Amino acid sequence: MIDFFQHVINGLSLGSIYALIALGYTMVYGVLRLINFAHSEVYMMGAFIGYYTSRMFQLDQNPSFMNLLLVMIVAMAGCAVIGFVIERFAYRPLRGASGINALITAVGVSLFLQFSGQLGFGADPKFYPQIYQPAGEWSVGGLQVNPLQMIVAVIAVVLMLLLQYIIFGTRLGRAMRAVSFSRDTARLMGIPTDLVISATFMIGSALAGAAGVLVGLIYPKIDPLMGVMPGLKAFVAAVVGGIGNVVGAVIGALLLGLSEEFVVAFGRSTFRDALAFGLLILILLFRPQGLMGQNLREKV
Amino acid sequence: MGSATLKGLVPWLVALLTMAATHFLIVPILPSTLSEILVFAGINIVLAVSLNLVNGFTGQFSIGHAGFMAVGAYAAAWATLALRNAGIDLSDGTFIAQVILVGALVFGGLLSGVVGFLVGLPSLRLKGDYLAIVTLGFGEIIRVSLLNLDFLGGARGLSGIPRITSFLLVYLCVVVTVFVIWRLIRSNHGRALLAVREDEVAAESMGVNTTQAKVRAFAIGAFFAGIAGGLYGHYLTILSPAAFDFNRSFEIVIMVVLGGMGSLSGSVVAAVLLTLLREYLRDLAEYTQVDLRMIIYSLILIGLMLLRPNGLLGTRELKDFWRRRPTGKSA
Repeated sequence: MIDFFQHVINGLSLGSIYALIALGYTMVYGVLRLINFAHSEVYMMGAFIGYYTSRMFQLDQNPSFMNLLLVMIVAMAGCAVIGFVIERFAYRPLRGASGINALITAVGVSLFLQFSGQLGFGADPKFYPQIYQPAGEWSVGGLQVNPLQMIVAVIAVVLMLLLQYIIFGTRLGRAMRAVSFSRDTARLMGIPTDLVISATFMIGSALAGAAGVLVGLIYPKIDPLMGVMPGLKAFVAAVVGGIGNVVGAVIGALLLGLSEEFVVAFGRSTFRDALAFGLLILILLFRPQGLMGQNLREKV
Repeated sequence: MGSATLKGLVPWLVALLTMAATHFLIVPILPSTLSEILVFAGINIVLAVSLNLVNGFTGQFSIGHAGFMAVGAYAAAWATLALRNAGIDLSDGTFIAQVILVGALVFGGLLSGVVGFLVGLPSLRLKGDYLAIVTLGFGEIIRVSLLNLDFLGGARGLSGIPRITSFLLVYLCVVVTVFVIWRLIRSNHGRALLAVREDEVAAESMGVNTTQAKVRAFAIGAFFAGIAGGLYGHYLTILSPAAFDFNRSFEIVIMVVLGGMGSLSGSVVAAVLLTLLREYLRDLAEYTQVDLRMIIYSLILIGLMLLRPNGLLGTRELKDFWRRRPTGKSA
């Protein structure tokens, strides 16, 4: 039983990182109807920005929570800029072109970042500096909880609540929801759609950047191809939850994190990467709109 | 069969004869690196043309072609290895080896086609982005399964496959693939595929069974990808699941996109160009320790989409330029 709860905790902490990435996918899909393949590379860039920031200020000399916050803010800001640049120069010129063209461009941007990342950062994995080491292990009734995992999950939840506030409590959020409902109508109503789309990219990318730093804390080994698998899985999580739906993305990500953890626990770790896709295919077959999504009828 | 149909066959026969002549007269005097490049170019042509049937002519976006290639490669290699263990001599160049290879290729192709059918049946009810992700996912599932199948070598892969792929056989497959797909898209079934690409709803209301058309295109594309895989395995002599990852799939997609989605000759030209590019970038990649071709590929993709979204040839064929005759919008 203890084992079971241990796996639940591990799964939830993995899931909360997937959730941060999945939110970016789902937000961009919501406003643009585009799967931003490059999103997983934004997450990778976030990890590297965090890495270089920590190295530059030698933040591993005296680890503290402030260091973590500082690194996260830098990474989030950097990723927001990257997200803005990607949208401005790769996707905006294709606004109005067919979905396939945008998709191919997204794949291109993703490959470009992966491999120019290898050129710039070096292809070999790097060890993330320990910028924050909470002391000891917390144990609750025999349950060992790594405080780092807990803190990562808490930070993720705080960011998600912040996002929820932005989407449902601000003018920008209202504009985002309007654009996602119908871009043309939103423009006719005087909403600067291009600006809103840029903002959406920046917010989503900032969340991915935060995820990159948090992952560096728990799994301290980063390389330029690290984004591929988590990125795809986060996308799966977004689809499972119902793409375009913020709460759904979080639920899907937690579900995926948990099921992966249990597949590994049952000793089938080589199947771990196939699991996400199996789940995706099942969802698309039986509930294509996702767990929380609404079924959109196709109109001619 | 009217004489017009027979006349249409002439270029294909000429192509076959040219390939045979090249094989017997020119290939023996070529440096081995060049003939290796030619073999890989041929395999890439088969891959690109078969993917074009799905992505270009049927308008679906599959990015899991490497998975089907893997199925064919492993199935064919497994078949020839089983035969060799049964005591049949498969040393290079013997006629019997070639016949057996053809059998193994067909076996691999059929298995791959069946997998394509099984994959296509559920997933082709999906559209655009979703389909892309599902095909990518299936490619990945196939790769992970291969990693876990011990009788196929698992992570170590299969080795010691007889090297019996010849130039002639590769280009025979190229001609057959291009011929079959060329004729297919000019048949009733092919028109159905084009109709699905142009407007799925309209096609359906005209009585085209769109799911069936898509699944059919998918299975045929997978069949030829399987054949390409078989050729690949029997040329390299080793297979490992890592050779069939995303990047391989993307490479094929880039060939199709570069040549023009919906242009067979475009795919052929792009496959040859990208094979050459890869060979010539090899030295540079060794120097920088990074797979530079992926950077170049990705820049090609982005640049193409921004500047020439239909690829080099669009939906036209090379002969449309040669005849200098304006053609309709769709092939």
